[in-house]
Order: sequence, then C-alpha cells, then structure tokens
Amino acid sequence: MTARQGFALPRPGPAQDQVPAVPEPLADDATVDLTAERCGAGVDQVLDSLESDLVGLRPVKTRVREIAALLLVDRVRGRFGLSAGPPSLHMCFTGNPGTGKTTVALRMAELLHRLGYLRRGHVVSVTRDDLVGQYVGHTAPKTRDAINRAMGGVLFIDEAYYLYRAENERDYGQESIEILLQYMENHRADLVVIMAGYADRMETFFASNPGMSSRIAHHLDFPDYSLDELVAIGELMLREQRYRLSAAAEATFRDYLARRMTQPRFANGRSVRNALERARLRHANRLIAADGTLGKDDLMRLEPADFLASRVFSP
Amino acid sequence: MRITQGTFSFLPDLTDEEITSQLEYALGRGWALSVEFTDDPHPRNNYWDMWGLPMFGLADAAGVLHEISECRQAYPDWYVRVCAYDSRQGRQTVALSFLVNRPATEPGFRLDRQEAAGRRLRYAIHPYALDRPAGARYGPP
Repeated sequence: MTARQGFALPRPGPAQDQVPAVPEPLADDATVDLTAERCGAGVDQVLDSLESDLVGLRPVKTRVREIAALLLVDRVRGRFGLSAGPPSLHMCFTGNPGTGKTTVALRMAELLHRLGYLRRGHVVSVTRDDLVGQYVGHTAPKTRDAINRAMGGVLFIDEAYYLYRAENERDYGQESIEILLQYMENHRADLVVIMAGYADRMETFFASNPGMSSRIAHHLDFPDYSLDELVAIGELMLREQRYRLSAAAEATFRDYLARRMTQPRFANGRSVRNALERARLRHANRLIAADGTLGKDDLMRLEPADFLASRVFSP
Repeated sequence: MRITQGTFSFLPDLTDEEITSQLEYALGRGWALSVEFTDDPHPRNNYWDMWGLPMFGLADAAGVLHEISECRQAYPDWYVRVCAYDSRQGRQTVALSFLVNRPATEPGFRLDRQEAAGRRLRYAIHPYALDRPAGARYGPP
C-alpha cells in the first residue's frame, strides 16, 4: 500500500488548522510607517464613522480604539516575525436598553474585518432560541450550526443571560454554554463572540458561569445617555431621514426628552427613535389636515405641535 | 488499492489548505456543505452516514473544516467525504463531492463469478473490506 500523502498530514488538532503562509520577516533594523499601515487597512474610516455616527459612549469608543491599535501593532509586529498569537477578542456588552450595543457590535465586526482579524466580518445575531434545543440531543447540533454560520465573523448573542436558567437545573442552556466555551477557546482566530445584555442580569449570568466570564477579555459597559447626547442623537436621526426641527421645535423636543427620561420604560436611543417616528406621523397628519400648497421646507420641518400632542406632556 | 470516488480522486490526497479553498469555492457559489462517512467502499454504496446535518447558510469554511476534523477524529480509518449541495431550482443536486479521509490501508476488490440460470455468468464486485464486520473493517484485525 502506498503511504498516504495529503490526508495523512498530521491529524488536525485545532491549533494547526490555520497556519498562514509566513512571509520573510523584516530585518531587525528595518522601519515600518505606521501611518501608511493605518491608511492601508482603512481603519481610520471605521473609527471616524464610529466617532461621528455614535453620540457619547466615551468608554466604548476608547476601548474600540485600543483594540484597533493593538491589532494594528500586532500586524506590524508580525512583519518583523514577532507574533504573539491571536489575542482573545471575545466581548461582553452590558448596558441599559437602547444604548447602542447592537450597533457597536456591527461596527466591531467591520473593524475587525478591516484589521484582518476576521476573514469575513459578518455578524450572526442569535438569541436563546437559536442556540438551545427543545429536547435531549437537540441543543448541540443547534448551537454548532449557529457557531458554524458565524465562523469568520462575529457571533452576537443578544440577551445572553437567558442561556442559563438557574431555576431549572436540567435546562439545556448549560450544554449550549459548554459548547460555546469550547469553540471560544479553540477557534479564537475564526470566531469572535460578543454577548450583550443588561448589566445586573449579566452579572448573575457570569456569577453562575465563571468559565465564561474569564474567557471574555473585554467587558464594555454602555453608559446611559445624558440629555444633551439624546438631543444630539435625535438630530442625527432626523438628518438621516431628511427632516429638521424648527427653532421652536428644538426647545420642545428637548423638553420632551427631559420629561420622557424620568418616565418608566425609558429606552435611551430607542425612545428617541420612537418619539421621532410618532412626530413624523403627526407631521404628515398636520400637512394633510392643512390641505394647502406645500414647499420642500414644509415637508422637512417638524413643528412643536408635532411633539406637544404626545402623552408625555399631558399631566 | 486506492479507491477513486468523487472529484479530485485521481489527484494526491488534498491537504487541509486545499480542502479549505475547495470549500470556499463551494460556499461562494452558495452550495450547502455536508460531511458524510462510511466504511463500505463499494462504488454503488450511495448512502453514507451523515456527520451532523447539512450546513446551510455558512459564510466561512472554518466551520466545515472543524466538522471534518471532528469526523476524522471519531472515524480515523473510515472514508469521509464532503458533499456540496446546490439547492437552486432546476439543479437541486449534489454539485461537488470529494473524499477528505481514507483508511490507511485499502485492501481493494475482487471479482465474484456467479453461475446463473442457463450457465449464464454474472459478475459482482466484492470489497475485501466487507469480509470483516461493519465498524471493524479497517485498522488492525
């Protein structure tokens, strides 16, 4: 029998699955232009758009910049033959509703893709339903399927704390978590797992799954927005939808947000979006009721009346 | 005797890098990949055991390669193949299938001669591997 050739390469352990061809390392006294490297990767565009499209979130932006810097420096180090292995980039985003966790996750995928850490840079967004099965033996294939779909990109687990149900010790969520942990450890170069959820419940989740907490290198906390930031978010959204506020409406909008913030079920950015959606409705209604000739400006301008009709202003 | 089934079977066995690029080609065409295994090398054995379900909606080959290596670890001395299924209307068939693992020793086939009615002769291919019970067909006796 002939000796086996290809398949008989050393049997694949996870570690040697992906060995990139290593080009000749640079000489010890060579220099690398970091600026050129940055421009080449297109990192600045992503960071700038992150800066301009997202209001506030200072700690998050700082951390994203740090990660970008680390990956860039790692790349340059790699050219000198100083490889340190892929860093662990699994993340956990905690914060109240509407603070931009999902948006940042999407941006993160693009950023990591540009920096060459992820091969595809797509985001597969899953919740408990997609990972945990309904009967014995159903969970593992389901979780594996979700993970395989996310390979080369980001697996975004929204409301991750639902995976673990403390009250039911036979819950299949635990099995899902174990598989997830195994992939997070062995496929660091192929997969970035980002978990998101509300801070207090994530805390309990990690308390009951210490292995998970320690495998996640980056815990990012998304702070609530201040009133000024919310107004800025609203203006940004309006600009994207080609609307604008009249001078009087600006004050009303601010007043509206200030009142809304004190009310229950306030969801930061999402509440702002909903408020604007409703204002658009009333705006359209007002134009129909007025029934006259309209200019472009009338179609774009929101007036105080569009906000004042809100439930928030009624005592 | 080296059995030749599926695409690339007359080439030297593919390395993991080569397998990855084939998988990427298949994914790029939107084909769903699946991993199958068997220890019955008969050429008419169409129905291999499935290693998990076919993987739909994948973006990257790393997931498939992981399944392949899991399957190889579980069945190091069996045949393992990857099938790429093209689900487009009008085709709906396996578009590409190739071996990614084979036993260390492949004993080959013999020709069985059967005498049928009227002294007619019928011939059948018999894999020597089938002389041993299923599950223990390859590897040390």
